[in-house]
Formats: sequence, structure tokens, C-alpha cells
Amino acid sequence: MAGVKTDQDVITYRAAVAEGIAREMRRDPSVVCLGEDIGGAGGVFKTTAGLFEEFGPGRIWDTPISEQAIVGAAMGAAMTGVRPVAEIMFSDFLACCWDYLANEIPKVRYMTGGQVTVPLVIRTANGGGLGFGAQHSQAVENWALTIPGLKIAAPATPADVIGLMASAIRSDDPVVFFEHKGLFASKGPLPPDDHVVELGKAAVVREGTDVTLVALASTVHTALAAADTLADDGVSAEVVDLRCLIPMDLTTVLASVGKTSRLVTVEENPHQAGWGATLVSVVVDEGFELLDAPVRRVASANVPLPFADALEDEVIPTADKVVAAVRSVVNY
Amino acid sequence: MAKGGSPPDGELVQLLTPEGERIESVTGSDGTVYRADFTDEEYRGLYRDLVIVRKLDAEATALQRQGELGIWASLLGQEAAQVGSGRALRPQDMAFPTYREHGVLYCRGIDPIMPLGLFRGVDQGGWDPNEFKFNMYTIVIGAQTLHATGYAMGVTMDGKTGTDDGEAVIAYFGDGATSQGDVNEAFIWAGVFNSPLVFFCQNNQYAISEPLERQTRIPLYRRAGGFGFPGIRVDGNDVLATYAVTRAALDHARLGQGPTLIEAYTYRMGAHTTNDDPTRYRIASEVEAWQAKDPIKRVRAFLEREQIADAAFFAEVDEQAKRESLHLRERVLEMPDPAPVTMFDNVYPNGSPLVDKERERFVEYQASFEGSAH
Repeated sequence: MAGVKTDQDVITYRAAVAEGIAREMRRDPSVVCLGEDIGGAGGVFKTTAGLFEEFGPGRIWDTPISEQAIVGAAMGAAMTGVRPVAEIMFSDFLACCWDYLANEIPKVRYMTGGQVTVPLVIRTANGGGLGFGAQHSQAVENWALTIPGLKIAAPATPADVIGLMASAIRSDDPVVFFEHKGLFASKGPLPPDDHVVELGKAAVVREGTDVTLVALASTVHTALAAADTLADDGVSAEVVDLRCLIPMDLTTVLASVGKTSRLVTVEENPHQAGWGATLVSVVVDEGFELLDAPVRRVASANVPLPFADALEDEVIPTADKVVAAVRSVVNY
Repeated sequence: MAKGGSPPDGELVQLLTPEGERIESVTGSDGTVYRADFTDEEYRGLYRDLVIVRKLDAEATALQRQGELGIWASLLGQEAAQVGSGRALRPQDMAFPTYREHGVLYCRGIDPIMPLGLFRGVDQGGWDPNEFKFNMYTIVIGAQTLHATGYAMGVTMDGKTGTDDGEAVIAYFGDGATSQGDVNEAFIWAGVFNSPLVFFCQNNQYAISEPLERQTRIPLYRRAGGFGFPGIRVDGNDVLATYAVTRAALDHARLGQGPTLIEAYTYRMGAHTTNDDPTRYRIASEVEAWQAKDPIKRVRAFLEREQIADAAFFAEVDEQAKRESLHLRERVLEMPDPAPVTMFDNVYPNGSPLVDKERERFVEYQASFEGSAH
């Protein structure tokens, strides 16, 4: 088994990445991985540890340091029937290969009238909180959301890493898979071998009646922490883990808002053009009558990520900020 | 027939002079011997291809001028580079074109109406790249070189190289594209992975208005040396030499011997696209000089001199070209606009909530006009 399990039934988020990939590689010989330092080094975040040893250089391709080529070649390889899993080391570097993400890969099916598909996954370490500075810390899931034709997954737990990885690799659509750097050390139950989480199915991870918190990846944990605090105040928060931005599970969100009548999004991407803006616009359009209070968005400040820990901590949403936002809508 | 020999460094591999004199063989610097050994029927076939490809291209330019196409990127002047390389491909080989490869498309057996659907803006697709082994036209300069690189890596992984019937991949691009970072990344990758890939650069001397000296200080084919694989310059207006050089490079690739950069030295006789006016940035005498190196005239001179074809043949080819271009025009004018709701097709195969909702609302919106004057 690839990855290092901490004990029989628990796995880290980090090891879950390699485990999720390994399960699909065992199942489907057409799955290959390519990227920088993913082979013998096991990935700079150790998220591909063990894959090279198990699958060898024929299926684990250590590549030159060329982000455009990693993603561009993944597209070409996908045209031959291979299912590439390409790694871009830091999600900030998606900007280095944006032509392929924005102009090439998501357009193949459309521009060929459905005759060609490029099933591939672009995995990348996303998000801040580790003091990596302005160019290695951004939460850029909203970048991908601007491009019709891409699917976007961003798991919050080790089990979801494995389950969503299975769906992403099996998907005939290109999927951008955001692995959160701040969650790599987190632990959770190791799911069974056949564990698959369908893309576009949100999870209600905490039930509540007074407010709906919609969160993604790291902010699921922020929202859960806020919900604990709010419970002490007698406010019952429901937490929805969106899991994917595309497909966006608006059915689950609207059902939850129908129950709570209040909505707060918790996003790590900047407030400007963050994913919550799209989600909220649909909720107010489709579910205006469900709402009893204004909608609030808690997102990162509209600034680059500062290097100083003391500043970074203020830019990224905290449980306290979520609590404050919830109080403002509950008391509306 | 001239005897041939080795071209001095920097000069072209040429097997048919502009005057139509055939050169028996040319030996490249690595010892590869290039020669054109065609039957009379095959020579006539190449001539027919060149004439038809030029005629169809002229028809498309005319259609654009008459407002029937949105834009057209003419291949005028590059017929030999495209027919020579296109005919050198074996059926199993995969080609990654730019938006100007109408001649290669023709050689792949694709109905020339198909690209016109795209340029007319009525098509949501076109030929099947897998069926014809010819990818869709790539508009973003140079991007197809990386698609081809990945495709070639897939070919290697599938174990389809190393034998005479192996697969090879060819990536087309222009002189301007060689300045793109991704094209250079493709060179690096194809080199280090020893990919079965032929880089076919049609150096037509201009990237829209910018001349070659704005892209490079050295002849383009010599760049290959820095990436660790062979580079060769061929007379791109010579269909025989282009065929021979491309076939050799493809066979080199299919045998698992790695990539080659071919610089097909040619000239874009027309505009970059129908939106461009080349008289603003180049002089008439330069165009006239290249006119004398016309790729079709020299084949005709050769066929006549060697008595491989007679007047009746040339007339018959002209007649066929005329017939095919008329047929093309008729079909272009009859192309229906696609149904508006099809704009939502093929974004996600199984739908996506945001797109599905838009489609639903769009259908309702359209239905609201039913029975009205619209």
C-alpha cells in the first residue's frame, strides 16, 4: 500500500492523496502520474509517497520543471486513452500553465462537438496558513471556477480525498483537484477499498436549524469550530461541506437554507470574485423567499497573502470571524 | 537529372529546383540520404494535390471576401510544405496542426468543407481527430506542440514504437511559434523522453507582420542541436524534398530514435489572415522573388520535361480543381446555422447544475417567443 498509515483505521490527509491515487492505479492500468519530484522524492509534500516504488517509472513520470508542459502533455496523453494525473506543486503555479487550463483542456470536448474527451486530473497543493508568503499560499479555487468545462474538487477530510480522487480520475471531464496544504497533517478514518464520493454531492457535516454555513476544504473545519462556539450561545449552525465547486450542489445548499433561513459562506479565496459570490447569487435568485436575513460572506481579505504570520492570520477567515458574521444575521 | 550531394551548412535540402530539375539524392550532415523515388502516377498525384489544395484555398479566400466566411488563413505559397509532409504521414501517424494546415488536412482525407464550417462560424465541432488522426486546428500559437508531446508520450507508453509499423506524431507550427515558451518546453520534453515526435516548422518568414529576424538570431533548424536532437532545413517549396525529409524523420521517430526538428523554408505569399494587409510591412520585390520559387510551377515543369504528363492531364486537373471548389462553395452557402440551444452541448457530458439551470431558462425564454412575430 502506498502512503504511510498512522495505524490500522486512521490515515492522514497527506497519505490519503497517495492512497487515493494508488487505488485507482491498481484498478486501471491507463492511469499515470506526471509532475515535478513526484517519483523517488515522493512529492515535495510527500503526497505521492510510495507510488514510484509500486508503479515504477513507466507510470510515474518525473518531468522537467515546466508547468505548461506538465498540463499540456497531460492533455495530449489523455487523447491517446491514458488517464493522466498531473501535479502542479503549488496551486499558485496554475498561473504558469493557465493557457492549458483556460484555453485548451476545458474546450476540447466543446470544440470537437463531443468527439474528443480529455479525462485528466490536475492535482495541486492549495491554500495558506503555513506562512509560505504571497506566491505559495493562495487559495485559488475561484480561478478555476471562472472556466466552464473544468470540474473542481476540494476535499476537507482524508476519506473525501480518497473518495473524490476516485471520482476525479474516473471522470471523463478534466478535474482540478485542490489539496489543502494546511490539512496535510490532519487525520481521519481510512475509508473502505471501494470508497467513492460522487463529484458534485455536498455533505451536511453538522446539522443545525438557525443558520447554514457553506464551506470548502480548510474552511469546513473553521466553520465546524465556529459552530461549536455558537452552540454554547444557543445558536444551532448547520455546516455544509460543498466538496466540489463544479458541479456545485445547489440542491443541498437550498434545502439547508430552506431549513435555517440564513446563509453564511466561509471561503478561503479572496472576497472579490470568490466562489461564495456565485453560490450566493444562485441562492438569492432561486431561494429569495427562504431567507430571513441578509447573506454574509466570510472570505480572505482582498490583499496578497502576507509573509508575516501575524498578518496572514488576520487575512484568512477564522472561527471568530465566522461567529461574528453568524451573530449579525441571527440577530437581524 | 542533377547528381546531387551534400548541402552546405545552412542550406536547404532540395530535390527539385525552382526550374523543375530533379536532383537524384542529397546526403544530410548525419549521413541520411534523401531521395524521391516516385512512380509517374505518384508524381502526377502530388501535382494534383498541390493544384487542388491551392484552388480550394483560393475559393475560401473568395468566400471570405464575399462575406461568407468570418475569416480565412490562407496557405498560399505553402502547398508543397503541406502536401509533401502530409503525404509522408503513414495512416497510423497523428498530426497536430495549426489553423493554416488545410493542405495537410486534405491529405488526411478530411472533407475540406469541415474547416469551412468553423471559419463560417456555424459548426460546433468538425472532423473526428481520432478517426482521421488529425487533431483539431489549434489557434493559440504553439500550444499544439505540447499536446503532441503528451500524445507522443502516450504512444511510447502503449509500446507502439520501435518497429517499422510503429506510430509517429507530427506537430506543425510556424516561425513565430518558436518564440513561445511552450514550444521550447515541448523541445525539452521530447528530447528528454526521446519521444516519437517530428516538429515540423513551416518558416514562412513572417509572424503576421514580424519578420524572421525578430524571432531568431540563428537558423531555426539549428536550435534543435541545443535540445539534443537533429534539426534539418528543407526547401519547403519543394514537395519532393519535403516528402523525403519528413518521411525519414517520421520513420526515425517510429523506430524509437526520438524527435527531429524540420524547418521547411517557405514563404507566405498571401496575408496572415484575411484581416491583414501584408503590403504595409513587406516590399513587392520580395514577394516577386518568392514567386519565382513557386511550389507548383516547378512540379509542372518537371512533369513536362520528363514527359510524365501531357496537356490533357493538366487540363483535367484544372477541371477537377474547379469542380471541387465549386462544390465547396455550394455546400458552404447551404450550411445551416446551429440551433441556439446547442450552445449548451458538450460542456459537461452529464451536465452541471449551473449549466443545466441556464439551459432550462434559455429554453423557456425561447419558448416565450412562440407564436410571436420573432
